[in-house]
Amino acid sequence: MATDFSFPDSAAKAANLPREFEPEKMSLSMGPSHPSTHGVLRVQFELDGETVTKADPIVGYLHRGDEKIAENMTYNQFVPYTDRLDYLAPLANNAIYAHAVEQLAGLKVPDRVNAIRVITSEMARISAHLMGLGAYGIDVGAWTVFMYTFEEREKLYKLFEKLTGARFTTSYSRIGGVSRDLPPGWLEEVDAFCKQFLPILDEVLGLLSRNKIFLDRTVDIGVIAKADAISYGLSGPNLRGSGVPNDLRKDRPYWGYEQYDFDVPVGSKGDCYDRYLCRGEEMKQSVRIIQQCIAKFPGGDWFARDARRIFAPPKDKVLSSMEELINNFMIVTEGPQMPAGEVYFEGEAPKGLLGFYIVSKGGGVPYRMKIRSPSFCNLSILPKMCVGNLVSDVVSILGSLDFVMGECDR
Amino acid sequence: MTTAVEIATALPSQFPSATPRASADCPAFSVPAAEAIAVLQWLRDDQGYDFLMDVTAVDWSAEQSPRFTVVWHLYSSTRHAYVRLAANCESDTEPAMPTATGLWAGAGWHERETYDLLGIKFTGHPDLRRILMWDGYPYHPLRKDFPLAGLPTELHDAEIAAEVKEGVIAAPMAGGPFVATPGEPMSEAEPRAKDEAWNEKNEKPE
Amino acid sequence: MATEAPEITYNSKIEGELFVTKADAAINWLRNNSMWPMPMGLACCAIELMAAASSRYDIARFGAEVMRFSPRQADCMIVAGTVTYKMAPIVRRIYDQMAAPKWVIAMGACASSGGMYRSYATLQGVDRIVPVDVYVSGCPPRPEALLDALLKLQNKVKKERSLSKLLSA
Repeated sequence: MATDFSFPDSAAKAANLPREFEPEKMSLSMGPSHPSTHGVLRVQFELDGETVTKADPIVGYLHRGDEKIAENMTYNQFVPYTDRLDYLAPLANNAIYAHAVEQLAGLKVPDRVNAIRVITSEMARISAHLMGLGAYGIDVGAWTVFMYTFEEREKLYKLFEKLTGARFTTSYSRIGGVSRDLPPGWLEEVDAFCKQFLPILDEVLGLLSRNKIFLDRTVDIGVIAKADAISYGLSGPNLRGSGVPNDLRKDRPYWGYEQYDFDVPVGSKGDCYDRYLCRGEEMKQSVRIIQQCIAKFPGGDWFARDARRIFAPPKDKVLSSMEELINNFMIVTEGPQMPAGEVYFEGEAPKGLLGFYIVSKGGGVPYRMKIRSPSFCNLSILPKMCVGNLVSDVVSILGSLDFVMGECDR
Repeated sequence: MTTAVEIATALPSQFPSATPRASADCPAFSVPAAEAIAVLQWLRDDQGYDFLMDVTAVDWSAEQSPRFTVVWHLYSSTRHAYVRLAANCESDTEPAMPTATGLWAGAGWHERETYDLLGIKFTGHPDLRRILMWDGYPYHPLRKDFPLAGLPTELHDAEIAAEVKEGVIAAPMAGGPFVATPGEPMSEAEPRAKDEAWNEKNEKPE
Repeated sequence: MATEAPEITYNSKIEGELFVTKADAAINWLRNNSMWPMPMGLACCAIELMAAASSRYDIARFGAEVMRFSPRQADCMIVAGTVTYKMAPIVRRIYDQMAAPKWVIAMGACASSGGMYRSYATLQGVDRIVPVDVYVSGCPPRPEALLDALLKLQNKVKKERSLSKLLSA
């Protein structure tokens, strides 16, 4: 005669519900302020001793109203908000958003812009996976991994700062290009970073991959079946860890990914260990892509020169020529002029497939923008995955899903 | 491009009520609300669109009828192609749409979010409650008649609201984001210009 | 009427292992150099908070690397990130659960004033619900800015009249 548990919002209300005392089941709320929930996630559990019988994630503690804000901002003004979606890899979000808006206008950007987007996205992927690895290490008890990965991230931050001016929250893309060209010598520094990164990555992964304690905590924990992964709309390493070899960079290449030679790691069992291995291997493949991209880096324009009403002209022209002055004024005040229409573009962000659905009625401000967030979809499988596991395994599962609440709640 | 041509002809021949929709990238169709689930099922089972990427909706503002359009995005991992499906909600005041959770479990959270932000009820959904705003929030924020700054209401925790004597306020917009519309005088768009004594209409005082 | 910072003086030849100082000086010195933060890491600023705690911008130099997630064991709550209206009562609850003496650092633009999120869901500044001692600007502030805020907080604590507060409470 188990009573059906409801999950009210306030803990105080829960304590006062008139209900028979069930000695077997306990209601436990984990989060939203919790060291292992990777941000503000709250999970309401129903426990039978240590075993989870029901898990209900409650999200929305970081819902800031991005989609409504987008309806009031020009396309370029919205770029800083895209940084703060998946705030571990802002360059990737910037680039995917810019590409989605460019598709709305049917705008083709020069090869150099695509190559810059590839390099910055792959560096962002390395940065995000390093963070995921470090946080996962802390969650299961390995503090050293965090220290090593954060030091590597600091080196990446220095490169980002040279390129964009900010450590993260870069706001680097513009519609039709990027905000500034690569500084001289930057590509060599990226190359040097990649060369010294691979041995350190091997060392860091070596701390965990054959570690008995880590294996006990991750192997056969949190198994996601293939059918479930497809049905719940997972993407990224979570999907590939379950054996589904989907990677948008290979399936529907954009930005010139078809010219680069790289592998896509796919797991077999779908447990936490597989997802961890996928992420580790993806970092190595990202380094491969970056090195190939640097080797054949194209010269040329860093913005679409013919997109007069979309990309702000270079400043020296703005201050000396009338037409460029007017265009600059219109782009800044009214926004890049987009035709009416709808577009949906997804890109392979580090956490999964980040999609932008933009409805435009013409003009410089979108009419409706929906951000399809990979972390939102990845988290929806949590109720199914946690049931039957122990409470301490839930921490391991959350770490292996590697979600970011900024993206989930927008 | 062959997949786009295939689905562009296959879907209307299977479902004559489907009309093509303007789209900048992938094939898109509008269907009546009653057929939406049947079309989704056909796309998933017959045409291999196995992933439901996104369920969302657009509010075309209270002056338009139909006011709400629910949009589904599907992806086929075998054909590597997307398709967009849109269906208008029949009612403008009590918008509703059948749920897709019978086909994809992942639709559950997307539909909860659409209900939360736009107020569209998905009939047959096992657990339709708010997901991004808190349970007692009285409004649907993404509707066009709801202001960006928000409307005042109470915090969801009565104890804390009494302790700090604060509630949800309308955010101070201070003239709002700096966006101009064509033909509009700059003094209407630029927040600072609204405060100044002189603009296009008023002369600078001596 | 700010009093000058009380000085701790020690002259081993005269006093041996005994030193005499003001109670305020000693109490504030102890509180300053072991200020255990409670990281209310909500959004992107949490990443810079973690960076401040990791090896390059070591917050352990100031005695504050012990990030205590339990409010009962923490001294200083660092609100790092956007506080939404859904999260606001929880931030206040956790602040209430902290034991006195407690301080709050509002890290970043979103915590200080709502930041660039002027919308229906964002609390326009965490000082609407908790009293804030130090505001750090930046989006996100660099780890050095957070360390500067910690030092400013230490300066503020140095000037407090702790003994009279303890005796009167």
